[in-house]
Amino acid sequence: MENMMQGVMNKVKTWARINSPWAIHYNSGSCNGCDIEILATLTPRFDVERFGIKLQGSPRHADVLICTGPVTLQSRDRLVRIYNQMPEPKFVVAVGSCGISGGVFQGCYNVVGDISEVIPVNVYIPGCPPRPEAIIHGVVELLKSLQP
Amino acid sequence: MEPKTAPEKFIVPIGPQHPALKEPGHFEFTVEGEVVTNATARLGFVHRGMEKGAENRTWIQDLYLMERVCGICSHVHALAFALGVEKLAGVQAPPRAQAIRELVSELERIHSHLLWLGVAAHEGGFDTLFMFSWRDRETVMDLLETISGNRVNYSANVLGGVKIDISEKQADAIRKGMDFLEERTKHYLKVVTEDETFLGRTRNIGVMTFEQADFLGAIGPTGRASGVKRDVRVDSPYTAYNDFPVKLVTHTHGDLEARFIVRIQELYESYRLVRELVDKMPTGDLTVRVPRRIPEGEVISRVEAPRGELLYFLKSNGSDTPERVKVRTPSLCNWSSVLVTAVGHNLADMPMILAGIDPCFSCNDRIVTVNRKTDSTQMDWEDLRQYGIEYYK
Repeated sequence: MENMMQGVMNKVKTWARINSPWAIHYNSGSCNGCDIEILATLTPRFDVERFGIKLQGSPRHADVLICTGPVTLQSRDRLVRIYNQMPEPKFVVAVGSCGISGGVFQGCYNVVGDISEVIPVNVYIPGCPPRPEAIIHGVVELLKSLQP
Repeated sequence: MEPKTAPEKFIVPIGPQHPALKEPGHFEFTVEGEVVTNATARLGFVHRGMEKGAENRTWIQDLYLMERVCGICSHVHALAFALGVEKLAGVQAPPRAQAIRELVSELERIHSHLLWLGVAAHEGGFDTLFMFSWRDRETVMDLLETISGNRVNYSANVLGGVKIDISEKQADAIRKGMDFLEERTKHYLKVVTEDETFLGRTRNIGVMTFEQADFLGAIGPTGRASGVKRDVRVDSPYTAYNDFPVKLVTHTHGDLEARFIVRIQELYESYRLVRELVDKMPTGDLTVRVPRRIPEGEVISRVEAPRGELLYFLKSNGSDTPERVKVRTPSLCNWSSVLVTAVGHNLADMPMILAGIDPCFSCNDRIVTVNRKTDSTQMDWEDLRQYGIEYYK
């Protein structure tokens, strides 16, 4: 009986999560290009809020961490801290070429590397910067992978 | 940066991850009740070491690296770099290339100012204006995509010219876009000068007098809103600004409202200039040949970014990689003005005052200050360079 209840609860949780993921955005050293495109996805032409996706201010309220840029030495600790502050289950989306491989900033002395060297990443969105459509597609892919 | 320890004072830390600005920066506001008595900023979260990185790449690779100093004003960074390299190599891009460079600069200024208008309105809690201005900004993003193929890092410059051309069809699209945006901008000017609620957040807030602005070295629209008559496009025209001059826009009040007005009036100037450029575009080649090895020498190249004067210092030792690249961006020059004008205002006004200078962290976070109190030996240029090379080995 208890198992059944838990199963039902889990189903409800997944349903709620897929229908309205709250995201937080952190720039760990990007050039801003990805960030303005992420912002553009919230504005009238692309408007991700119609899918229930909402950009949130606090990591404690967020399900998805949208992270841009290579990770710099300065922002590494902050990125880990934000990740740890997010409640389980949590997902990370790396936006842009720099988040995937370090991009053009490979080899710069203050760059640790890509995001997956610091925190686990679920979805990568390539592009310099990716178009807003690509960012939306990436988030949709993430939500699809959560479907039971 | 001295910590205040008086018992009645309270420090509000903001950032580096915060909902207001989309980039990391850390601020500490000391407050007495609601009133801010001291403000400090800690920058450097986005410092990547690009100036050093540029020394390990060739001149051509650096063009693409420099374009990514900042995603919002990517074209002017590549432009300043390309102009500097061309000056060192002793070549000049053909007139048509110069005109296209100016055209893309102005389109970029339009996109940047509309972006700022939205973000600043958002900080003031006026999300309707944010959504409207970002919707209209898509018009100019489409135009940039039509002519360059990418929405943000256009990569229009090559050393010795441009790689994109403007066809008649594209010119028509640009004219149509400008007509639409000009209509919309009239509306925005009306909103920021007449909307009572909005004026409550901007009029007489964050006032910076001419003397303050001059003393603090405020540049760009932030300085011009306080009456500082400085604009590289007017003072020392580069690319095609000689043939297609721009009118200097200034204001005297120096408050947030003035900064809104100056930026919106600059938009009109940009629309006029873009129309003129597509109508009277010179004909001819797009590129000239630039040698792979750049002759020895030093050069300073200045351009006007949407946020103010952008300065590049380039030093070549005659090889195919630069010896030194130094970038000075406008946002850094304007930070001190925020920290000074913030004092005496309510905490609730802080987001607006911060956004008022159009801060761009990825621009200014390339600077490292080394404070070596114990070591008083003087270092000359070569020693410093050697020190840097050894340090980062």
